[in-house]
Amino acid sequence: MSNTISRRSFLKSGILAAGTLAAGESAARAAGAPARNQHLATMIDITRCIGCGACVEACREANSPKFPNPQKPFPRMYPDRVKVSDWSDKQDVDDRLTPYNWLFIQSATVEVDGEETELTIPRRCMHCTNPPCVKLCPWGASRQYQNGISRIDTDMCLGGSKCKAVCPWDIPQRQTGDGLYLDLLPSLAGNGIMNKCDRCYDRVAMGEQPACIEACPEEVQTIGPRPEIVAQAHARAREIGGYVYGENENGGTNTLYVSPVPFETLNAAIEKGPGRPHLGPAADRMAEANNLGAALLIAPLAGAATALGRFLKAARKAGSGEHPLSDT
Amino acid sequence: MTTPTVSRTADGLMPAPIRAAYMTLLLFMALSGFGQMPIFKRYYIADIPGLGWLAQFYVTHFIHYVGAALLLGVAAYYLTRYLVAERSRRRLSLYGAIQGVMMVTIVATGVLRVIKNYEGYYLSSGLIVFLDILHLAAVMGFLLVGAWGLTSRKRWTRIR
Ligand code: SF4
Ligand code: SF4
Ligand code: SF4
Repeated sequence: MSNTISRRSFLKSGILAAGTLAAGESAARAAGAPARNQHLATMIDITRCIGCGACVEACREANSPKFPNPQKPFPRMYPDRVKVSDWSDKQDVDDRLTPYNWLFIQSATVEVDGEETELTIPRRCMHCTNPPCVKLCPWGASRQYQNGISRIDTDMCLGGSKCKAVCPWDIPQRQTGDGLYLDLLPSLAGNGIMNKCDRCYDRVAMGEQPACIEACPEEVQTIGPRPEIVAQAHARAREIGGYVYGENENGGTNTLYVSPVPFETLNAAIEKGPGRPHLGPAADRMAEANNLGAALLIAPLAGAATALGRFLKAARKAGSGEHPLSDT
Repeated sequence: MTTPTVSRTADGLMPAPIRAAYMTLLLFMALSGFGQMPIFKRYYIADIPGLGWLAQFYVTHFIHYVGAALLLGVAAYYLTRYLVAERSRRRLSLYGAIQGVMMVTIVATGVLRVIKNYEGYYLSSGLIVFLDILHLAAVMGFLLVGAWGLTSRKRWTRIR
């Protein structure tokens, strides 16, 4: 695959993204094209990753100004079941997601072409095309840009962790003792700020590459407009007889992993748990309620029609001399 | 010819079973709505047997949508009935006007929030927070004024 092309198209969409960011909040969508076609996506070619960790370091360096800055001692929180989540003394942890580590390398020992191989997989937020962490945030602290990037605004976040609860991969990570909740009712509501990969939205807005992509010596990640990246991921998968993850998971994401072995195999081989997301199936959870959209349109029509119907029936009765008053 | 009347009990209130169903609907809307905030688990309410669903965000979200559809149906029914059959004899009371404004606000902000939940709609944080607060404030207003109306037997409409 030609890297220049992908770089050029990336720049194009980066500038586009910068434009949309600057243009502000028009909810307008390009006529006809699904919104996700305007998104930036990345392909992560697992076969190329050597697990050097340069991306992890670069992410930390580029994004440390955004990291939490908690005040201690933390305000006492009620009731007692509310747990403090404090990573401020463990900022160096880099083998899982934390508020201070938005990208980590997962490894899986699997058999590839009959040979035992250790695969390394960079893991971070998938940047879902319709992100539940954004859409279900009860407070508008989490948002998505028109280029598909989702980000938690830590100036607004109250740390209730709902974004993590609704994320199919439990991505966002909490740090207690920082954020807006301190100025409200710190003992009774909120618990810090949630942190996750923001796709280096600020760099992207300036037409630059995300730090992890720029730092990778093996060009494991390719970034560009989603339709191109989807096509590239499938082409690469065909080339190696491999598999794609992320295209349809949770209804679609902007991170497409290409693996030489089935993702069930990978998912079984990786270490999973807090801060270590799975690679298993992820149903489209937003669709459950969104599929009720038709009901929301039909219900008021049905209500109005019922009232009209009863009125007309009563009017007919009145016209025929019968008493119009009746009740149920 | 007098305007034909439909479905109104002698005291101008909803028939008792419909009223009970309406109150239950409002209760579920309030519970599932407040359940959008991560509070029921923190404050042990979801630990009460039978209330565990309150802490499951996708469940409360789904229930809120189903309830919203029912509520829209009920609202459209009564609005239409008032407009076609009752307007000539009854007018909106002050209580009805206040509750009507609350309900319109709840529905309008709710509809915008539903639209936002589809892929491809990007609202600014400021607008989302504004909608959230307005939705919540209108709900609180509706419930408080409603509770007062319930105790002092207020009606949405009165005879002209
Ligand atoms: S992976 Fe999780 S945190 Fe990332 S966009 Fe999707 S729902 Fe949000
Ligand atoms: S895109 Fe940026 S924030 Fe996300 S993992 Fe890469 S470097 Fe970190
Ligand atoms: S920098 Fe590239 S090769 Fe190194 S761990 Fe990250 S993705 Fe893999």
